[in-house]
Amino acid sequence: MIPELGHFSLILALAVALVQGTLPLLGAARGDDRLMALGRTAALTQALLVIAAFGALTQAYVTSDFSVANVVANSHSAKPLIYKISGVWGNHEGSMLLWALILALFGAAVAIFGAGLPDTLRSRVLAIQALIGVGFLAFLLFTSNPFERVSPAPLDGNGLNPLLQDPGLAFHPPLLYLGYVGFSVTYAFAIAALLEGRVDAAWARWVRPWTLAAWCFLTLGIALGSWWAYYILGWGGFWFWDPVENASLMPWLAGTALLHSAIVVEKRDALKSWTVLLAILAFSLSLLGTFLVRSGVLTSVHAFAQDPARGMFILAFLLFVTGGGLALYAWRAPRLQGGGLFQPVSREGALILNNLLLCTLAATVLLGTLYPLFLDLLTGNKVSVGPPFFNATFVPICAPLFAALCVGPYLGWKRAELWPALMHLRIAFIAAVIAAIVAATAIDGRATLAALAFGFGVWLIAGSLLEFAGRLRVGRAPLAETLRRLRATPRSALGMTIAHAALGVVVLGAVATAAWNTELIKTMRPGDTASFAGFDVKLDRVENLQGPNYIAERATLTLSVGGRPYTVLMPERRLFTVQRRQVAETAIHTNFLRDIYATLGESEAQNGWVIRLYYNPLAPWIWLGAALCALGGFVSLSDRRLRIGAPQRGKGRTRTVAQPAE
Amino acid sequence: MKRLFVLVVALLFAMPAFAVEPSEMLPNPALEARARDIGRALRCVVCQNQSIDDSAAEVARDMRRAVRERLAAGDRDEQVFAYMVARYGDYVLLKPPFKAGTWVLWLGGPLVLVVAGSALLFAARRRRKIPIVPPQPLSDEERRRLDALLKP
Amino acid sequence: MSRRLLFLLPLVTLALMAGFFAWSLLAGRDPASIGSVLVGRPAPRLDVKALRDGEPPLTDGLLKTGKPTIVNFFASWCTPCLAEHPLFARLAERDGAVIIGIAWKNKPEEARAWLKRLGDPYKFAGADLEGRAGLDWGLSGVPETYLIDGQGIVRRHFRGPITERDVNETILPFLKGGK
Repeated sequence: MIPELGHFSLILALAVALVQGTLPLLGAARGDDRLMALGRTAALTQALLVIAAFGALTQAYVTSDFSVANVVANSHSAKPLIYKISGVWGNHEGSMLLWALILALFGAAVAIFGAGLPDTLRSRVLAIQALIGVGFLAFLLFTSNPFERVSPAPLDGNGLNPLLQDPGLAFHPPLLYLGYVGFSVTYAFAIAALLEGRVDAAWARWVRPWTLAAWCFLTLGIALGSWWAYYILGWGGFWFWDPVENASLMPWLAGTALLHSAIVVEKRDALKSWTVLLAILAFSLSLLGTFLVRSGVLTSVHAFAQDPARGMFILAFLLFVTGGGLALYAWRAPRLQGGGLFQPVSREGALILNNLLLCTLAATVLLGTLYPLFLDLLTGNKVSVGPPFFNATFVPICAPLFAALCVGPYLGWKRAELWPALMHLRIAFIAAVIAAIVAATAIDGRATLAALAFGFGVWLIAGSLLEFAGRLRVGRAPLAETLRRLRATPRSALGMTIAHAALGVVVLGAVATAAWNTELIKTMRPGDTASFAGFDVKLDRVENLQGPNYIAERATLTLSVGGRPYTVLMPERRLFTVQRRQVAETAIHTNFLRDIYATLGESEAQNGWVIRLYYNPLAPWIWLGAALCALGGFVSLSDRRLRIGAPQRGKGRTRTVAQPAE
Repeated sequence: MKRLFVLVVALLFAMPAFAVEPSEMLPNPALEARARDIGRALRCVVCQNQSIDDSAAEVARDMRRAVRERLAAGDRDEQVFAYMVARYGDYVLLKPPFKAGTWVLWLGGPLVLVVAGSALLFAARRRRKIPIVPPQPLSDEERRRLDALLKP
Repeated sequence: MSRRLLFLLPLVTLALMAGFFAWSLLAGRDPASIGSVLVGRPAPRLDVKALRDGEPPLTDGLLKTGKPTIVNFFASWCTPCLAEHPLFARLAERDGAVIIGIAWKNKPEEARAWLKRLGDPYKFAGADLEGRAGLDWGLSGVPETYLIDGQGIVRRHFRGPITERDVNETILPFLKGGK
């Protein structure tokens, strides 16, 4: 009964979305207040209906209702409760429902927090948001109905992919989708602005919080995914340049560029059409990612159930959303006249350089991800594009980006001098050079390029903090003055400093882990000892365990330094009985400066077990830095000036600058 | 059908073992380090975007062994790569070779940077050529009005 | 005017990409397919021990006999091999094809027992216990089948089990015409 109610709610939601996607648009064109007011009501109703549908599916999972095909295929009665819940989105249909849910929630959020928006803009944004919703709901209902029944109901389900039965991955998809779908709001704002023919500082301010929120969630989602890969895949890597990872990185890069270009629109009324384009692209790249992951045009480690028919639907939808957006862009954007003039060396110039480099990075990832497909279709030649390619093409473009990142905040708007800005940063430069030299000599000349990258990490942190310290006049003014300035500093400036410095933290973590990790791969029998990274390692025992839905072997490794016990690591190897799959459960000891990482491998008959130990210097900084980066975004989001709906259009300077095209 | 086969193979082999096993490793650490580096740049042909160094598949194991045998026999790194390409084609290289078919791949990113960058610079220079008109001296009429305004 | 064209660029790029995607989906391209570089080239080295007791090892000589030859890698633990096996039996029996079977990563006694149970279509049978021959032949798994012409050139390479259709449309014409 409840699954049918869920199904019915989805159908109703589709009907409501159709209304929300058309009438308010008409209302905005005709200036009909009643039709426009419909948008908010419809957005809230649609959100409630999709919540109901999602609740119905969750209920089916929690109660293990095996008359629902989706539950049978992806759940099992012996599964712990948390994985019954995360199982809801651990499959194609459920994850699409989650996507539709988040989309509807964002729509409702615009309806609730967008009270300060002009009526026409708000109704257009809500309508476009709803049209995207129509696509997803139709996709669900016509090709991927999660509520389909099976008869007769089997006694038990097939269980969830063991790799997904993990706390990290349970929350990875919701965060990632909050990011992807968050960009739909930005997209809707961009389309609404094109329809209105008006992009101004007020528009940029309205868009910015939504972009920031989406960007923060996406950052967290990507970080969580990478952390999951790090500890579950069992060899200590954290980024594999897999198509699925690339699919999330591309919108992140475009979104980052958008965050920066929107500042120029807000402050200087320039880069308008470019910013609108980025807003369209950020969401389009999110959709492209969905298409690539689910259509089966590319292979990936984390493949979903792939189906060309669904692929065709998503492709058509992608074409509709992106193609529609870009066609409107081609038609209307040329009329958006940029305002403020500026010299190449200026804050605007720095932000344009930022955009240029970020977009080059995104283009590199896009080309690398899709090239095997293009080449195969055109010539039949098969090539692989993997980590070594991206290390050779992506990383070098990061260098100028990082170099310029610290300089930008010192440059004034309109025109600036480069030399004084660089002089401000001399301490950061010296710190970076020293760090690079220390890194190069301490690690016996291995990986000199990594030492250089390490220097860049220090440069980012030192440069960002230096700029903030200068803003507070630390050391140059009395403490009371510094504190007063700290209180007066806008949150967005604080957020920027945190996010920029955090990027440096990520760089340090990634470089150190990738370039200076050490490993030990050894076959050990209980009682055997080994020495590794200054520790004496002893394999005490390997025992068998019975988990809720798996059986496991667990090794107990004691690490000691100079005879004194330091820590005990207990890696496991689990065999999930329902799916007959093995998953390694790594054991990690971290002190936030390094990870000691152990996995238990195959038993080699009489010889013992294969034990792998990794010493990953600064590894935790990768995810710590990413979390800090998102924190910076959230701090910036809390800025009073950006509070959603706060700014009013048409006051002061903006009125004289913005020329409506209609 | 083919896809099913690949799936079956992947499932069969995804089960046991992890990547590099102690029994495969070369006694000479320098040679073993080279083998690991080469292994990271070669794609496991039955896996999805995994290097043979990371893969537990049977074929990946054979390839790792072959890499080590070639190195032990005195091959240079390029020769080992050539050995694999002769058997599996460019597909095994995770870093595609720079040749006619991959020019676009390798040069696409830098091309975007150069073209967009120079277009921006060009636009900026053209903009600078637009003379920033120096403020005209006030006409007598304007001066009179200004004085009137400024007078308390 | 050129400025307007610039604004069309994103749309054009999208159209191009979408075209490729649609092409890929409609053509049913298999992204996991790795192709084969051997086709059109002389067959790789063949040097494996015989599977059946008392037979001489298999060598390159077997591939340059002037007659088309089929080389099939199989294993007793491989389920798809079971599916294609009757086709090989028929090719050997009815069509008189020369088939070389190589048991890949398969204990010889198990492979022999498997052939005893299902029938042995192989004129020559080799044992590649360690997968060395498999690597030389660019094998990615079993079953895989190669069609070698009389001059020892590889003409076709099937990854995965052959089907009735492969037999009728490719293998039989190849055996008759040599190409």
